[in-house]
Amino acid sequence: MADMATGRTTATTATAATRTLGIVTLVGVAWLIVSGLLVSPADVNQGESVRILYLHAPSAWVAYLAFVVTAGASALYLFTKKHSLGWDRLAGASAEIGVLFMAVTLVVGMLWGRLTWGVFWRWDARLTTTAFLFVTYIGYLAVRRLGGTPEQRARRSGVLALLAVLEIPLVHFSVKLWRGLHQDATVLRPNGDVKLDGFMLFTLIFGVAVFTLMYVWLVLHRQRTLTAEDLLDDVGLEIAIAERRGESRPPDLAADVPRSDRPRPDITVGF
Amino acid sequence: MEDAGFIVACYVVTFGGVAAYVSYVLRRGRRATEQLPDESKPWM
Repeated sequence: MADMATGRTTATTATAATRTLGIVTLVGVAWLIVSGLLVSPADVNQGESVRILYLHAPSAWVAYLAFVVTAGASALYLFTKKHSLGWDRLAGASAEIGVLFMAVTLVVGMLWGRLTWGVFWRWDARLTTTAFLFVTYIGYLAVRRLGGTPEQRARRSGVLALLAVLEIPLVHFSVKLWRGLHQDATVLRPNGDVKLDGFMLFTLIFGVAVFTLMYVWLVLHRQRTLTAEDLLDDVGLEIAIAERRGESRPPDLAADVPRSDRPRPDITVGF
Repeated sequence: MEDAGFIVACYVVTFGGVAAYVSYVLRRGRRATEQLPDESKPWM
């Protein structure tokens, strides 16, 4: 594809590091599928449905992690002197991935609920607060798409991210605050009494690690894509301004230069 | 076995959903980056 000045153009958001991370993650996913479906034994109480836990708990963990990163990056945008849009793009990328994994958590949880409780959905405290968290971050992504400058986008979505993250403790402790249908924590219990052991615990922890690697890979690529899209918007705006200035000049001064030959505006990026 | 269908569906939904999102991210990234010179890409 054509470059905008004289530079080389490589149409990818990948680097050697992300390729390596991607391969490691793929191997991990393959092992998790084999382990979760075939190698890990059935649970004494839950039976075969424990295999769903190896996806449900890691996806919930990644969604929480993504939303906390969104809040942290938003705080860094709002409260640092530089107000770097790089933090805002990290926040946006992380929230999008968080919504994906929250959706996975809800769908997989519903299938597990059908096997264990006999119903897909109950207005239980944990389920309801999780659905509310999911809808909140859908709203966050919608707010990011409202019009305005990137700075306006960063400010309003940053404030929303700092408010939305307060829902996470509510979701996490909902099983304690309102005794409902959803079970208490299986591994992270205050008294240290882990309710899984042996290979099942290993598979669950391995799942958490693989999902975390998946999150890191995704957030790097999505953040780079957002950076490139913001740069293209900046270039488009600069060209439109230059064209408008050209139109206001006397006809003999407005040179009829093809768009590709026009000087490109300077672009600065990064955190 | 009824459980098997639900369990396999969970794995398909999870990794199918992630694969679809990966494809979306990579396609959007390729489309955006092909219009920019390498020197304006901070990760290059």
